[in-house]
Amino acid sequence: MTNSELIGTDPGWIILVKGVLIFVICVVATLLSIWAERKIVARMQVRIGPNRAGKFGLLQSLADGVKLALKEDLIPKAADRIVFVIAPIISATACFMSFAVIPMTGKVRLFGHTTAMQLTDLPVGVLYILAIASIGVYGIVLAGWSSGSTYPLLGGLRSSAQVISYEVAMGLSLVAVFIYSGSMSTSSIIEAQNKWWFGVVLFPSFIIYVISMVGETNRAPFDLAEAEGELVGGFHTEYSSLKFALFFLAEYVNMVAVSSLATTLFLGGYHALPGLGFTESWLGGWFTMVWFLGKVSLFFFLFVWLRGTLPRLRYDQFMQFGWKVLIPVSLVWIMIVSTLRVMSQQGAPRVVVVAFTFGILLLVFSATSLVDKNKARIKAENRESLKNFPAPSFPVPSLPGKTLNGAEEING
Amino acid sequence: MHNLFFQSLQVGSTATPEAVQFWILAPLAVLAALGMLLVKKAVHSALLLAWVMITLAIFYIAQGALFLGIVQVVVYTGAVMMLFLFILMLVGVDSSDSLVENIKGQRPAAITAALGIVGLLLSLIGRATVNHPAVGLDAINASGNVQGLANELFTKYVWAFEVISALLITAALGAMVLAHSQKTKSRTSQRDLSIARFRGDSLAHAAGLPGSGVYALHNAVDVPGLGPDGLPVEASVSRVLEARGDMIATAPFELTEIQEEEK
Repeated sequence: MTNSELIGTDPGWIILVKGVLIFVICVVATLLSIWAERKIVARMQVRIGPNRAGKFGLLQSLADGVKLALKEDLIPKAADRIVFVIAPIISATACFMSFAVIPMTGKVRLFGHTTAMQLTDLPVGVLYILAIASIGVYGIVLAGWSSGSTYPLLGGLRSSAQVISYEVAMGLSLVAVFIYSGSMSTSSIIEAQNKWWFGVVLFPSFIIYVISMVGETNRAPFDLAEAEGELVGGFHTEYSSLKFALFFLAEYVNMVAVSSLATTLFLGGYHALPGLGFTESWLGGWFTMVWFLGKVSLFFFLFVWLRGTLPRLRYDQFMQFGWKVLIPVSLVWIMIVSTLRVMSQQGAPRVVVVAFTFGILLLVFSATSLVDKNKARIKAENRESLKNFPAPSFPVPSLPGKTLNGAEEING
Repeated sequence: MHNLFFQSLQVGSTATPEAVQFWILAPLAVLAALGMLLVKKAVHSALLLAWVMITLAIFYIAQGALFLGIVQVVVYTGAVMMLFLFILMLVGVDSSDSLVENIKGQRPAAITAALGIVGLLLSLIGRATVNHPAVGLDAINASGNVQGLANELFTKYVWAFEVISALLITAALGAMVLAHSQKTKSRTSQRDLSIARFRGDSLAHAAGLPGSGVYALHNAVDVPGLGPDGLPVEASVSRVLEARGDMIATAPFELTEIQEEEK
C-alpha cells in the first residue's frame, strides 16, 4: 500500500493528531537545532558552547526563548503598524505549512490506526512547498519595508531579489526529479527512488538544489538579507521580543523544511540506507522516522558547517552566481536529462545512449578548458597592467605577479 | 428566459463545503480588490492584490484545478508580486502616484483598449460555455489533474502554447534591449581602487580614509575626526555629506579647557 492510499482513509481526528504532532516536532526540532548549531559552531571555533542550562546546555534555547518573550515589545514610530505586526506572523505561519506534504515515515500504527506520518498527499506536493516558501518570503520583505528605517529596507530589498533569483534555480533543479519520477507528489517521488536515490542519479540537480536551498533560507554564506556586518540585523533590525522570536523560529523551521524536502527528493526520504532495508520494520515502522530525521540532520549539519566555514558573499557576486551559473547550468542539465529520458523510453540502442553521454562529457570538458584558458589570459593581462604604474620608492608588500627576485626588473 | 440561459450554461449545483468556503472567501476577496484601488500606499495595494491572488488560488483548488491553483501562487504571488514589491521598495517607501497625465489622449485610448479586452474576454468565455455540454471535472481529471492538463496543453493546444511562449520571450528580450545601456568605460573594481591607492601620488590614504569623529557628546558620520595635532581631518567625512553642507564643525567637541589651562 502506498502512502497516499494509507493517508486517504484517515479519519478526521487522526489528521488532527498528526497536525499537532508535526507542529510539536517542528518546534522541538527548532529548539534542538539552535542548541546543536551553537555547539557545533563552538567546536569548530575551539570553544565549548552553551553548557549551563540543563545537561550539555540542552535547555539553552528554551531559556533564550523565555527571555525573548519577556523582553519589551517595541514598535518604531516610523513603522507601518499593521504590516509590521503581520510580517512575522506570515513568516512563522508559512514555514510550518510546508511540512504538511512531507512523508516522515512509511506505514505505521498511530493510536490503533494504520496510516503514514504525512498530513496529506497532493499530486503537486513539491510545487505546493515552493508556493508556501514564496509566501513565507513576504514576511521578510514586508518586515523590511514596514520598519520605516534604512537598513531593514535594504535587507528586505535584498531578500526579495534573492528569492526571485534563487527560486528559479531551485524550481529548475526540481524539474529533473519530476522527469525521472514522473510525478510531483512527494510520496511517489520516494517510491520512485526504490532502486537508486535521485541524489546519485541526478547528482547535478542535487548540488544545484542544495546551493539554492541555502540561498532560499537566507543562511550563511548567502545571508545578505541579515548581513550583521553591513545592515545591523537586516530585515529584523527593528524587531524585538516575541515578534523577533517568530522570525527566529521561522528561520530554523525553514531550514528543517528545506532539508526535509532535500531528503525526500534526493536521499530516498524515510527509507533506510541501501542494504539496511530490514530496519524499516523495527518499532512497528516508526524506525523509518529515525532514518528520515537522520538524513535531515545531515543537511542541518551542512548548514552549520557552511556557516562556520564560509565568509558572506558580496551581493553582486551572489546575484551573478545565481543568474549566470546556476540557472544556465540547470537549464542545460534539464535538456540532457530529458534527452536521456526520451531515449530510454523510446528504447534507443545502448550505443546511442553511451555516445550521447560521451559527447556531453567531451563538450563539458572542452568548455571548462576554454574557461580556464580565458582565466589565465585575464590574469596575464592584469599582470601586464600592473607594470604601467611607477613603483613606489619605499618597501611595500609584494604585489601579485611580482616575485621578490623580479622586483628590480619591474622597477627598471 | 432565465431558466433557458442557465440550462444552456449547464451549471450544476455546488456542494455545501464549497459554498461555505465561497461565501467566506469571496466577500474577503472583493473587499481586498476594492481596497487595492482605494488605499493610498502602493505597498498596501500590492499586499491586497497578493491576497486576492491567494483567494483565487484557493477557489481554483476547491474546484478541482489543483495545478492551476498552486502555480497561481508560485508564479503570481511568489514571483510577479515579489518583483512588484522589489520595484516599489526601490522607488521609495512613501512615493504616491502622480495624477498628472503626460501622454495626450491616453485616457480615451486606455478606455477603448479596456472595452476591447472586456469584449474579447466575454466572447471567449461565451463561446467556451454557452451551448457546450459540461463534461464534469471527474472526467477531465480521470488520469490526474496534472496529466490531463499536460495532455491538452501539449497535444491539442501545442501551437497556441508555443506562440505564447515565443511572445513572452520576445517581450523579455524587448525589455532587456530597452533597459540596456552601453557603458563608456569599464567599472572600477576593488582591485583597480587598491592599485590606485598604492601607486598614486601620495600614500597618505593607502590604508583607507580616516574614520569620522567619535566624541562623548556626538558619534556620527557627519563630524570630522581629530588628527594627532588636534585639528579636524576633512577627509574623514564622506564627500557626499560635505557637498550637501551636512558637515558639523568640531569646535564644540574639542578639549578647550586643557588648552586654556596651558595658557
